[in-house]
Amino acid sequence: MKVAVLKGGRSLERGVSLRSGARVEDALERLGHEVLPLEADGELVKRLTADRPDVAFVALHGLGGEDGTAQELLEILGIPFTGPGVAACVRCVDKVLAKHELRAAGIPTPDWFAFNETAFRELGAADALGDLEQRLGFPLVVKPSRGGSALGVKFAAGWYEVPEALVSAFSYDDRVLLERFVDGRELAVSVVGDEALPTVEAIPLSGDSYDFEARYEIGRTSFVCPAELCSEQAEAVTEKALAAYEALGCSGFSRVDLILGEEGPQVLEVNAIPGLTETSLLPQAAEAAGMSFEQLVERILELALEPARA
Amino acid sequence: MSEPPHRRRAHASSSDLERYAGLFAERTRVMRSSAMRDLMAITARPDVISLAGGLPDTSTFPPKTFAAQMTRIAQESAAEALQYGPTEGFRETVDCILQVMGAEGMLPDPEDVIVTTGGQQAIDLVCKTLVDPGDVVICEAPTYPGAIPVFCSYQADTIQIECDGDGMKIDELEATLGRLDAEGRRPKFVYSVPNFQNPAGVTMSLERRRHLVDLARSRELLVVEDNPYGLLRFEGDPRPPLYQLDGGDFVIYVGTLSKILSPGIRLGWLVAPPPVMEKVVLGKQAADLCTSTLTQYFVREYFSDGRWQDYVTSLVEIYRSRRDAMITALDRHFPPQATWTEPGGGLFVWATLPSYIDTGDLLAKALREDVAFVPGQAAYVDGRGQSSMRLNFSAGSEAEIGEGIRRIGKVIAEQVELYGALTGEHPAVPPGRAAAEKAKEERENVLPFRKAGEGGG
Repeated sequence: MKVAVLKGGRSLERGVSLRSGARVEDALERLGHEVLPLEADGELVKRLTADRPDVAFVALHGLGGEDGTAQELLEILGIPFTGPGVAACVRCVDKVLAKHELRAAGIPTPDWFAFNETAFRELGAADALGDLEQRLGFPLVVKPSRGGSALGVKFAAGWYEVPEALVSAFSYDDRVLLERFVDGRELAVSVVGDEALPTVEAIPLSGDSYDFEARYEIGRTSFVCPAELCSEQAEAVTEKALAAYEALGCSGFSRVDLILGEEGPQVLEVNAIPGLTETSLLPQAAEAAGMSFEQLVERILELALEPARA
Repeated sequence: MSEPPHRRRAHASSSDLERYAGLFAERTRVMRSSAMRDLMAITARPDVISLAGGLPDTSTFPPKTFAAQMTRIAQESAAEALQYGPTEGFRETVDCILQVMGAEGMLPDPEDVIVTTGGQQAIDLVCKTLVDPGDVVICEAPTYPGAIPVFCSYQADTIQIECDGDGMKIDELEATLGRLDAEGRRPKFVYSVPNFQNPAGVTMSLERRRHLVDLARSRELLVVEDNPYGLLRFEGDPRPPLYQLDGGDFVIYVGTLSKILSPGIRLGWLVAPPPVMEKVVLGKQAADLCTSTLTQYFVREYFSDGRWQDYVTSLVEIYRSRRDAMITALDRHFPPQATWTEPGGGLFVWATLPSYIDTGDLLAKALREDVAFVPGQAAYVDGRGQSSMRLNFSAGSEAEIGEGIRRIGKVIAEQVELYGALTGEHPAVPPGRAAAEKAKEERENVLPFRKAGEGGG
């Protein structure tokens, strides 16, 4: 089969995408496919039209790739592609939208407020910040609504840290959310097809659960898969993850990030196209389920070509 | 596919990586945000005006001269130039080095000089020779970002001493040394870039140079003087190198041809007292046996016509205009809340913004405008420098510099305005104003600075 691998792009996660893409290309070659590596740049549509791949493997992360843009193009061109469709990507990439959908579906997610930059610049939204204390309390987490990894995510212990955290978060997106901080275990459930893979737990080694950058760093975070959970916990986590996957309309594969605190598992976000590098969580989970990276890639391709999707 | 099947090594699984990870040495755990690394990777995009690099402009080196010199080497010394050389470097290379050091008033014993593969290797060899895990190394705050991974990889406990417009605050250094004494810890060396420092662009005053050298003598403390930019002076009188003031007993000197000839040839050197040099040579032997012989032949050839200083003069002209272009653009496009250094030489300006702006996050915003800089945090071991940035003026044209600064100014202005809207006049967030006051106070104590006597230092 002729498989185009879409990678790179202009998003801030370009580096991760190039590593994901390279690894997928290797696996595809070992599986005997004809691989067409494609940079997501100005030549993309021309190349896709000229080379007509049977299927496109979307290894793009962040804006432009994971937000439905590339998927929309592939739909127009009539090329089947891996991972979630346009609508699911649009929902997942925007954390605020995703949280509304989750809440509407009755899936627990930490309380939040969301603000547009315009709200502060033109509507005096700073006046509304006073309500935050009663509604969310401190500490809280300030995040850009759209954006990957830990970029722009700041912890605010009190009032005095909020404006600064907002300025940082607004560097990445014109919408930010202020979310109640839930102290708990950080879990990730990868879903392939409609099947949940074993849960991965990220344990920061520094013991500093406020250090959002550490969790993406080998040597600063250790990953345990399958996570050590009692059967009730494990069941609740998997159930919430699958419900979130479904509520956001995901298909193919995605990764659901949760926090397991005193009130049980809560969904933080869903990554429509999670990383596929050597250190990424989805491949680790697949491996724990006895699935090699090649088998994972093959399965993702099969799902892209299932008639239900087309 | 036309490419060979094994062009890239495939990691079969993540557990493979774990298997390697279990073998990694402690010293590979260099703290550096991977998110930031990914951001910096994007700065290399061709459509980005990058003020992030530290690249000298090699485009004005005459290709004809280069071709003639390399041809002569090929015709006259091919066999020798392609052979190994002595670990210490050729005596002829050392003679060229002596000319460069002589131009700044230094006259070292040729026996004290070792040719290294760039100045970077010299820093590495000093650490290899002197630093055990946990040893104290002292440097400036901010310091050369490229030195930090070296200190980290030798697991040094790095302590940074604040700088102001006159370079490292030697009083503060003295206080730190006193404190370390009380703890029974003896620092292995003090690392300093006294001329047109990378990243701050500041130059150490003569008074502080004397003070530092006196401290070194009285305490038998080693100072590593890294001087890549001393000859790239745009105006004013040169200040004597620490090496010259000290006579080479306690000052170890690091030099390089990277900024006055070419970084691509990777030619630097280290000058150290004989007992230190003996160990350095062993370290160098283990690292790479010798610095490229071909490079050393090229350098010998290049220096043979006695006109190497003409090229330096031409670079000074170019960089001075670019520095001026950058300062003019900063005046015009950066908001009044920002401050910056005005270097009298070298390659860099260091700008500091209000403390509520994190330049790491600002970089993400700047990249959307296709412009890049180095976030200040890269010059600190402890996460400081969050509101500062390093701006390079040697690599781009004056037009590019102007446009780059305009774009950065635009994203800063947006953040300043947003912060104003957030903290504004509203009582809901009173601590915002307190934070702003605190920030103002903090900024007055760090780079960029007022002149000595005006406060702080």
